[in-house]
Amino acid sequence: MATNAQPRILVFSTEKISDPAIDLAGLLKKHYPFTVYTISVPCSSCIKPRWIMRAYEKGFDGVFIAADGTDCSYGESCGEKTSHIVTSTHQLMRDKGLKPSQLKMAALCSVCAEPFVKHITSFMKELEKLKYEALSTK
Amino acid sequence: MKKKIGVYVCHCGGNISDYVDIEKVKDAVKDEANVYLLKNTLFACSDSSQKGMVDDIKTSELDAIVVASCSPKLHVPTFRGVAARAGLNPYNYVQVNIREQSSWAHSDQPTGATEKAILLVKAGIARAAESQALTPIKIPTTNATAVIGAGIGGMRSAIALADMGTEVYLIEKEMSVGGHVANWGNLFTANINGNELAASLHNEIKKRPNIKLFTNAELTEKKGSIGNFDIKVKSGNETLPLHIGAFVVNTGFAPYEPVSGEYHFGEYDNVITLPEFKKLIDTPASELVYKGKTIKKIAYIYCVGSRQDEEGDNKYCSRYCCTAAIHSSIQVKSKFKNITNLHFNRGIRTYGKQELHYEESSKNGDIYLQFSLDSIPQIEKKGNKTIVKVKDILTAGKELETEADLIVLVTGMVPRKNENLTNQLKIPVGRDNFFNEIHMKLRPVETVIDGVFIAGTCQSPKNILETLNSSMAAAAKANSILTKGEMSLEPTLAMVNPAACNLCDNCFEACQFDAIVQTEYEGRKVAKINVSNCKGCGMCTPVCPTDAIDLADFTNAQIESMIDALTE
Repeated sequence: MATNAQPRILVFSTEKISDPAIDLAGLLKKHYPFTVYTISVPCSSCIKPRWIMRAYEKGFDGVFIAADGTDCSYGESCGEKTSHIVTSTHQLMRDKGLKPSQLKMAALCSVCAEPFVKHITSFMKELEKLKYEALSTK
Repeated sequence: MKKKIGVYVCHCGGNISDYVDIEKVKDAVKDEANVYLLKNTLFACSDSSQKGMVDDIKTSELDAIVVASCSPKLHVPTFRGVAARAGLNPYNYVQVNIREQSSWAHSDQPTGATEKAILLVKAGIARAAESQALTPIKIPTTNATAVIGAGIGGMRSAIALADMGTEVYLIEKEMSVGGHVANWGNLFTANINGNELAASLHNEIKKRPNIKLFTNAELTEKKGSIGNFDIKVKSGNETLPLHIGAFVVNTGFAPYEPVSGEYHFGEYDNVITLPEFKKLIDTPASELVYKGKTIKKIAYIYCVGSRQDEEGDNKYCSRYCCTAAIHSSIQVKSKFKNITNLHFNRGIRTYGKQELHYEESSKNGDIYLQFSLDSIPQIEKKGNKTIVKVKDILTAGKELETEADLIVLVTGMVPRKNENLTNQLKIPVGRDNFFNEIHMKLRPVETVIDGVFIAGTCQSPKNILETLNSSMAAAAKANSILTKGEMSLEPTLAMVNPAACNLCDNCFEACQFDAIVQTEYEGRKVAKINVSNCKGCGMCTPVCPTDAIDLADFTNAQIESMIDALTE
């Protein structure tokens, strides 16, 4: 595992909708922390809670779901189903002593380069604060 | 089973290697399990690199390959082709994006970019190790295209598509067709009027029964995906449902409007834009008169709203305006007597055949003065006279001043605002705020939205010839996908492990496509995927309480091995 102190975020993004937004952020040289890693999936409603829990178990501090929202080519229920995944994962996180705020979800369309960078930057700040608080209480 | 994986790390010229230390990446992944062959390449997509990969796969009998280069949106078809040519299943190839998501995103932190690239490549290797051979699924497609915008580009796309046998719905927001060009006078190089060009294309449209033109119309709804979009078009008071396979977006540009005070625009009444000047000289008259004053001496100031400095948004060259200004200056001189043309420019860009125009203008006695961005021409009033001052690069930076009756600001193109269309189609825009293609040279009319193609000046500034060329390219691309009547889709089908299935209703409820059916397994009723209905969304997979459903190419083994690799 990398030794840098910066929190690490795993992003689940979707091949058709939010991947292009994240790529566009790179193309436009809109910088965000390098400890943000992306795994692409066809649709955000296929993300399994066990994958998210695996990420925490292995050392990620936060997981960000870049959901398709109403733009999902598989149907409009995608957002609702992804929300259910987040809710059920929150319970698993509580059971493991993790804070629900370590899992975020936001709808990103293919042109949302700027919103992606804003979401990730603000999530990173939250995680830094959490990390600092955790260290202070030790 | 242990796999033999070939890994290729691309420099992308310097796009990746300027920020990511390729040797460090290679060194860090060389001992990863299953890595049998590891190479770096200047351009992985070049013909020679592709040939090398094919040879490697065959010679080393590789089971999988990983290409660490650019976005999957750009080169997945390229490297799947490489795999197929070498006899390797294309789904045993994994693309890793270390350009858009590493070198470019973190060009401010090269060490971090390298660290991230290492982990991304490791994750790609882990995924490849778990990859399976898959077969794409086929879906029927609709050979119909919606062309958005009936300017000259949109009309040309529509004609080309119709002639190739595609049903075309040509959707124009305005009441008439032809866009900006329909309002222009004489055009170089064809020497016809803009309205004649627009009318001739319109006549061709009328001759083709497979083109349906909607004016005063807008796209109001879009559902579905490439090959099968359901759209709604509002034309006047009527809303029409249509079924199409693709879009060609050809919505054109907006002319740059100088900000108030820019070269005294809006302050001095004899400062006008190039489009205004073109209208003025197209007006029948024996003498050139503007606001009651006879015009004899005209100063053209180039690159207004284009090639702007750091504070401006428009860094690009608008490509057509040098030619348009010179063309207008030749016309004004041939139409009216005793005209003097003074061209204050930043280097004339009349490329190709347009250079002949520049030569003609010079032979006509037009005067060219060149300025740089840090010393732009100054305009001031002295009594009734308008004076233009410039430091002319062509006379060793000497400060020259001249009187002018009319100042023509040679304005360029800016992206047309069209929020409704952008919201419907979600086409990304580039740094110049024009719609963005996947790759300027390799995939110049495709967007990251499958089935949405772009052409003409909605994509970037272009002259008429370039607009028509790109319009035909977009038409050819759309037709090539739709004309076969079917297309391949990713084989990302859900897969049920019957031994783990308890047949609850969760997956049936989650699936929107009736792709889950019941079957018998060892005397028990279990769920099974109807592959002809499965769309590969994976919505059924997280709801299974026994985790009996996996999605092909996104299996637990693949995703979790990637997560593990990213945290090594």
